[in-house]
Amino acid sequence: MKQLICITCPAGCKLLAELTPDGGVNVTGNTCKRGVDFALTELTNPMRTLCSTVRTSFAACPMLPVRTDREIPKGKMGEVMRLLMGIVIDKKIACGDAVADLGGICEGKIIATSDWLMSGV
Amino acid sequence: MFEQYDVAVIGGGPAGLAAAIASSKEGASTLLVEREGRLGGILKQCVHDGFGVIRFGEKLAGPEYAQRYINELKETDVQVSLLTFVDKIEKSKDGFTLVLVSAQGMRRVGAKAVILATGCRERTARQVAIHGTRPAGVLTAGAAQFYTNILGQLPGRRCAVLGSGDIGLIMTRRLTLEGAQVLGVYEAKSIPSGLPRNIAQCLNDFDIPLHLRKTVTRCFGHERLEAIEISDVDENMTPLPGTEQIIECDALILSVGLIPENELAETLGASLHQVTRGPVCDQNGQTEIPGLFSCGNAAHVNDLVDYVSESGEAAGRAAAMLNSECLMLNYAEISVDNNFLYAMPQRIDLSGSPEEVIVYFRSRDERGKTGFSAKLGDQVLLKKIFQTLRPPEMERVVLKLPPGVKAGDLVRLEME
Ligand SMILES: Cc1cc2nc3c(=O)[nH]c(=O)nc-3n(C[C@H](O)[C@H](O)[C@H](O)COP(=O)(O)OP(=O)(O)OC[C@H]3O[C@@H](n4cnc5c(N)ncnc54)[C@H](O)[C@@H]3O)c2cc1C
Repeated sequence: MKQLICITCPAGCKLLAELTPDGGVNVTGNTCKRGVDFALTELTNPMRTLCSTVRTSFAACPMLPVRTDREIPKGKMGEVMRLLMGIVIDKKIACGDAVADLGGICEGKIIATSDWLMSGV
Repeated sequence: MFEQYDVAVIGGGPAGLAAAIASSKEGASTLLVEREGRLGGILKQCVHDGFGVIRFGEKLAGPEYAQRYINELKETDVQVSLLTFVDKIEKSKDGFTLVLVSAQGMRRVGAKAVILATGCRERTARQVAIHGTRPAGVLTAGAAQFYTNILGQLPGRRCAVLGSGDIGLIMTRRLTLEGAQVLGVYEAKSIPSGLPRNIAQCLNDFDIPLHLRKTVTRCFGHERLEAIEISDVDENMTPLPGTEQIIECDALILSVGLIPENELAETLGASLHQVTRGPVCDQNGQTEIPGLFSCGNAAHVNDLVDYVSESGEAAGRAAAMLNSECLMLNYAEISVDNNFLYAMPQRIDLSGSPEEVIVYFRSRDERGKTGFSAKLGDQVLLKKIFQTLRPPEMERVVLKLPPGVKAGDLVRLEME
């Protein structure tokens, strides 16, 4: 049995979980179904949403907040951070627009999480 | 005559945005004043996700959550005044006069109702007892967050974090991702004050140690921080001599608590609640000063933005519907037993015969399975079992009010 804290919502349930031979998972301590899904991925391939910022060429908004559009493997976060550090945005993009593709690293893309470049720059 | 509004909202964070939208939807002419150049409040620098799980069923980043309300605001007739600071509010014959200061100078506007959505500020090094020098590199977690996320400048390369509040935990992860080394998080209490999920995803994910019952007792360095002294503390959080340990670092990040920002409310004579440090409020955030409302983190420090928006909406709606006849003070009171840290609101405005009220509360201590009840005389309004209660986690319950409640009645909240 492994102790986990479910990070799906602010409740942060303390889980006890173990994989079953048939590829499922035994979980206690969860208060909803999402705890089961979380435990299964956490024990097999932990996933996280990565949130960060990228540089822009606009003085009024030097940094633009971004995130991955889905959860990515936890172990890939460092590699994605290195990709983000090399990016400079020079176009006015909107909240939700793609900033970069993660193609080479894992599935998914980086999206902007604010409209700041669209107004007041 | 100067500009005149039904409702003036001060602060353009999530509380103020929700309040202005709700007020305008009720048909009130509404002014929203924000001292910064952009709307969104503290959410602008909260680039991490986790916002809006209750409201939108999604884990949004802070700016993204704010953007949804900003877009909704654009659909309304709310007048927005950015880069404008509310310097003073005065009581006037038919409401309030606000003194606004901006690059264009000073102007006065009138409003029948005022909603304070000014958020909170962080406790600083001066409010926790740390000896020694005051070099650069000692800063609050919110300031570190501003430097990192808005300006793109790392506050340090070898950092220590004092206090295990959520902002400190979030910044620990953020600095680590940006390539800084976080040596550890030091917490004087015996339990962390942040959410368990933040301990998991901000510390454990990156193998950053959490040191309980330890605090920072001294800073070293002249221009720049060079080292800190860590000491063990006893149950009363007093440092124990002989346990000192020196740690070299160039930044000390303080995550030691938030205090509602209420200078404006105080100057108007609204009394502040001893524990929340926000004004004494009814279920719509109306303070003891008729027509003066408070919501979001200005009313009491919230941990979830979803509830901040909820309190803003309630205040916006009530402020828009305010008319002088319903200023007849018609209140029932809410009292809590010793097991509560506080409950919000402290009283219930009975004008308009509300059928239910939302009550937020925190327990004084960490508790296991606990029975919660709300009683009016011998009548039980609500009974509920909580599996765990922790002071850092605010709980929310909805009380159904029976038709017979009258002014002066007492609703008692109890735990067993
Ligand atoms: C670092 C951090 C991390 C957080 N993480 C989470 C999370 O993961 N999930 C979650 O749900 N919640 C989180 N929260 C909580 C949530 O973000 C806050 O509770 C919420 O932003 C508070 O909203 P508010 O509108 O009350 O205050 P604020 O957002 O602080 O807005 C107040 C506004 O008022 C303006 N103002 C103040 N005084 C004046 C004046 N005199 N004149 C004009 N304007 C003025 C300020 O400039 C500011 O824009 C976090 C908070 C912080 C600080």
